[in-house]
Amino acid sequence: MARTAVPGRLSWRVATVEAARRETPSARTLVLRVPQWPGHLPGQHVDVRLTAPDGYSAQRSYSIASAWRDDGLVELTVQRVEDGEVSSYLIDDLEVGRPLELRGPVGGWFVWRAAPPPVLLVAGGSGVVPLMAMIRARGDVRGRQPFRLIYSVRTPQDALYAAELARRVRDDPGLDVHFVYTRKTPDGWPEPPGRLTVATLNTHGWPPDFAPDVFVCGPTAFVEAAADILVALGHDPGKVRTERFGGIS
Amino acid sequence: MSLSSFMIIGFTAGMSIISPGFGGRRRSSRPDLPPGQYLTHDFPVLSAGPTPRIPLERWQFTITDETGGKHSWSWPEFQDLPAEDVTTDIHCVTKWSKLGTTWRGVTLDTLFENVETTADYTMVHGYGGYTTNVPLEDLLDGKAWVAYQFDGEPLAPEHGGPARLVVPHLYFWKSAKWVNGIEMLQQDEPGFWEEAGYHMYGDPWREQRYQGD
Ligand SMILES: Cc1cc2nc3c(=O)[nH]c(=O)nc-3n(C[C@H](O)[C@H](O)[C@H](O)COP(=O)(O)OP(=O)(O)OC[C@H]3O[C@@H](n4cnc5c(N)ncnc54)[C@H](O)[C@@H]3O)c2cc1C
Repeated sequence: MARTAVPGRLSWRVATVEAARRETPSARTLVLRVPQWPGHLPGQHVDVRLTAPDGYSAQRSYSIASAWRDDGLVELTVQRVEDGEVSSYLIDDLEVGRPLELRGPVGGWFVWRAAPPPVLLVAGGSGVVPLMAMIRARGDVRGRQPFRLIYSVRTPQDALYAAELARRVRDDPGLDVHFVYTRKTPDGWPEPPGRLTVATLNTHGWPPDFAPDVFVCGPTAFVEAAADILVALGHDPGKVRTERFGGIS
Repeated sequence: MSLSSFMIIGFTAGMSIISPGFGGRRRSSRPDLPPGQYLTHDFPVLSAGPTPRIPLERWQFTITDETGGKHSWSWPEFQDLPAEDVTTDIHCVTKWSKLGTTWRGVTLDTLFENVETTADYTMVHGYGGYTTNVPLEDLLDGKAWVAYQFDGEPLAPEHGGPARLVVPHLYFWKSAKWVNGIEMLQQDEPGFWEEAGYHMYGDPWREQRYQGD
C-alpha cells in the first residue's frame, strides 16, 4: 500500500452550524462552516465532541457527506439512533448559528481517490453518507468511472438523498442506483421486502472480473453480511473496503 | 450569533465549547474509562475489509527475528502451550470501551521464550494482510496474549478468530485480528491504520488516537 500523506496534528476546531436540512423524519444534515478546514477526500470522517455545562463530554465519528469545494463547508448527515446520546442532540437540539467542535478529516483507507476502475458502492441505512460524498465528488469533476450504488433501506421514506440520487442518475453519466427495501417497498415494486442477497449483489453489482473498487458501509451486521457475499461471489477481499458504523453485532 | 456569546471552559486538553442542553442522556462516566471513551455492553467491530475465514488446518503462527530466523506453531502445537485466563478492559479508537472482558490465550512471554533478538520494535501481521506496529516491550511481561477464546467460547471470526493478539493497554486496533505472525524490526514502522493517520503508539489514557495526539 502506498504511504499516504498524513497531515500534522488533528486539532479541535470550532465549526458553526450555517444551515440544517431534514433529510427524512429521522435524519438531519448539518451544514458546517469550519475555519481553516484543510479539505477532505470523499469517504473520510470527522470526530465531533459535545461538552455539557458541567464538563462531561462525549465524542462520536460522523462521515462527511459533502465533496470538498474549497468553500470552508463540511456537511454531516446524522441518523437518529433510538435514545442515542449524541445523534439525538445533533438532530433535536443543535440550532443553526451554534458552534460545534470537531476535528478531522480522519481516515486514509475508506476513501475514493478518483481512480479509473469501476466502483461498486453498497450502503445500509446511514452508511450511504460517505458513499454519497464519493458520488458527489465524481459529479463535481464529471468523472466517467462507472458507478453503481446498491442502497438498502427499511422503507422508501428512510432513503437519504432520494431526490438528489434520482436527479444524478439522470444527469451524471454512468451512475446507477438500485434500492433494496427491507421492511416496506414502494407500490408496484417487483419484489417483496427483504434483505440484501447474493442475487442482489450478483444482478446489480459489477462482476468480479471487472475488478471494481468496492466500498461497503453501514451498521456492522449489514457490512459483515454484504462483505461476506462479495467475497463469496469472487471479489478480491483486498478490493473490498468497509466502514462499520456500529450497532448491535 | 457570535462565538463569544457562548460559554467556554478550560481543560488541560484545551478549551471546550459548551453545548447548552447536552448531557441529559449521558452514559455513565467512570474513572476506569479513558478520556473520550464511552461504555458499551455490545462488542462492536472495527475492520478495514471483509472478515477472513481461516481453516484451523492451515492456521500457523510465526515469529520472525531480525536475522530471518523463524519460530512457528501449528494450531495443535499452539493449543498445547500453557494458556492463561485474562480479564481486562478494552478500548477501541472508535470511542467504545468494554470493561471486564474475559479471554483465554497464550502470553507472548511464552511465545518469545526461545526467541533471541536485539530489535526493539515489531510488526504484527494478520491473515488478510492487516499489520500493526507495537514496541516489543509492550508485548512482554504479561502485557499481551494471543487469544483464541472470548467469554468462554471459541473466538468468532468477526472478532478476529481463530486467534487474535490482545494488547489491552493500547487502543484495540493494536490487538491484531486473525493474527499469524510477529516480525522483529530494528526501527519503528507504521502498520495499516498507522499509515492511514492513526497514532504510532496508541495509548488510550493519553488519548493518542491520531498522529500528533
Ligand atoms: C467511522 C464512523 C462514521 C460514522 N458516520 C456516521 C454518519 O455519517 N451518520 C450517522 O448517523 N452515524 C455515523 N456513525 C455512527 C455514529 O458515530 C454514532 O455511533 C451514532 O450516531 C450513535 O451515537 P449516539 O450517541 O446517538 O448513540 P449511543 O448513545 O452511543 O447509543 C445508543 C444505543 O444505540 C446503539 N448504537 C450505537 N451506534 C449505533 C448505530 N450506528 N446503529 C445502530 N445502533 C447503534 C448502541 O449500542 C446503544 O445501545 C459513524 C460511526 C463511525 C465509526
